[in-house]
Amino acid sequence: MIEGILVEGLIYGIMVLGVFITFRVLDFPDLTVDGSFPLGAALMVQCLLLGFNGWLALLVAFAGGVIAGVITAVIHNHLKVPNLLAGILTMTMLYSINIRILGNRANVPVLKHETILSRVSERFSGIIPDEYIYLLFFIIAALIIKLLIDMFFRTDLGMTMGAMGNNEQMVISQGVNPKTLKTIGVGLSNGLVAISGAFAAQYLGFADVGLGQGIIISGLASVMIGEFLVMKSNRIGVLTLCALTGSILFHGVMYLGRYYGYVIKMTPNDLNLIKGLLIIVLLVVTQSKKLKRFTLRAMVAK
Amino acid sequence: MIELKNVSMLFNPGTVNENLAISNINLKVKEGDFITVIGSNGAGKSTLFNLIAGTLIPTEGSISVNDRIVTREPEFKRARYIGRIFQNPLLGTASNMSLEDNMMITYRKGFKWLKRSLNHKMREYFRTELVQLKMGLEERMKENLAMFSGGQRQALTLLMMVLSRPDLILLDEHTAALDPKNAQIVLELTNKFIKEYRLTSMMITHNMSHAIEFGNRLLMMDKGEIIFDAEGEAKKALTVEKLIEKFHEIRHKSFENDRTLLSDE
Repeated sequence: MIEGILVEGLIYGIMVLGVFITFRVLDFPDLTVDGSFPLGAALMVQCLLLGFNGWLALLVAFAGGVIAGVITAVIHNHLKVPNLLAGILTMTMLYSINIRILGNRANVPVLKHETILSRVSERFSGIIPDEYIYLLFFIIAALIIKLLIDMFFRTDLGMTMGAMGNNEQMVISQGVNPKTLKTIGVGLSNGLVAISGAFAAQYLGFADVGLGQGIIISGLASVMIGEFLVMKSNRIGVLTLCALTGSILFHGVMYLGRYYGYVIKMTPNDLNLIKGLLIIVLLVVTQSKKLKRFTLRAMVAK
Repeated sequence: MIELKNVSMLFNPGTVNENLAISNINLKVKEGDFITVIGSNGAGKSTLFNLIAGTLIPTEGSISVNDRIVTREPEFKRARYIGRIFQNPLLGTASNMSLEDNMMITYRKGFKWLKRSLNHKMREYFRTELVQLKMGLEERMKENLAMFSGGQRQALTLLMMVLSRPDLILLDEHTAALDPKNAQIVLELTNKFIKEYRLTSMMITHNMSHAIEFGNRLLMMDKGEIIFDAEGEAKKALTVEKLIEKFHEIRHKSFENDRTLLSDE
């Protein structure tokens, strides 16, 4: 059970890192995610069916996600459409595209084919207990991606992007086109989301167009749970670690809801309601926490 | 250096809210000029700055920098040689990042690449430059800017802008949102930097004595026009009383003009 939660948390954690980049760093609420997650899954599965190498298929999925994100950014930048609507547009279009990629089917299994995961488990079975192979693999994969993101945000480009969500005027004043930064950021974010989708497809053994439904809410809830752990930090390494941890905790809660929810007569269909309520509760709690800190400071000042 | 030719800015043309914010302005800014700009609210001072900085594109006329026409060049491109400080001290720095990160972002203008420039040498350089502000900020390089006061942030914005050596700096009432003590500090720093680095600058202020005290040229604006322009000796001879007198004299005239215009109809 616990390794199941951890594996799921880490797979979706890669998506959460993407959501963290758009929502928190760029302040660009990007809903493309609901489409780019199944896009990654679809591209992965279809490439595997075509006989591609697993890693190459992963690269294709990443590239597909980047393109999806860039399209959203371009719609927002050049047609002056609000970012929320731009994301919804791309997401809606991706639904059809994903079905096309899957060969006009809504669900395609990949169980009989060799995937990155099946190769890894073949390679290490016997050396490491079977149930821990996936866990170990995803710990390493998620950490590598996390470290790469950390490195990116320490470069000059990454730091400027970090200033973007907080102060767009400052970015303009530095002679940088904020549109370019948004395009890079949203593209990168959706690339990560697609990688997450690609891993999810291999783990689940199929790609489904409905895989991404409401995924943005899961991502956002995970980011918020992660932020709840640490008061405030300006260290990108801490923030990305929080996002990953938040994802694991979120999937823990969802797991409990799925398997023990029947105690309170809950069905799996109620999970979306639970996700939404979770976000609302987190919003209320963080805001009252801020309020408390504020009054506390005011009292100290007196 | 900077030249505005017959520049006009008309907002909401053809509607009831039509507003001629800048009306046929001609202005030449020479290299090394320090121009103070005064005028009442709605006189068009900020619009003038927005036109020079590229935030707005004029409805008519042309703007050139060093004999190059830049009328339609977007703001982010012009920002590479025009520095600007706003009234709001939060606009020049990113609150969610550390002081050293902020300085790194503003160190070099233009697009940033995947290079990591923030190293020990850069930190040392930033530290020595920060000492000039005499605010003890050099000891707080890892702190988030959200922890700093408005005065500190505005002084910092000023320093960071000066370090990028812009051709022209635009100061848009940059001390108006600060308390009197901090306003004085930032203003003195401004004057010091402008002199030290021989920066060409324009400063909007609501304080007439500041407008007289600083700079070598004074512009008075009203209703989108430059109604008074004093330079060199003529500016040195100005006093607040003379300035107010001048203002009334010109305003009165324009009032009479309006009346004749109306009676003509």
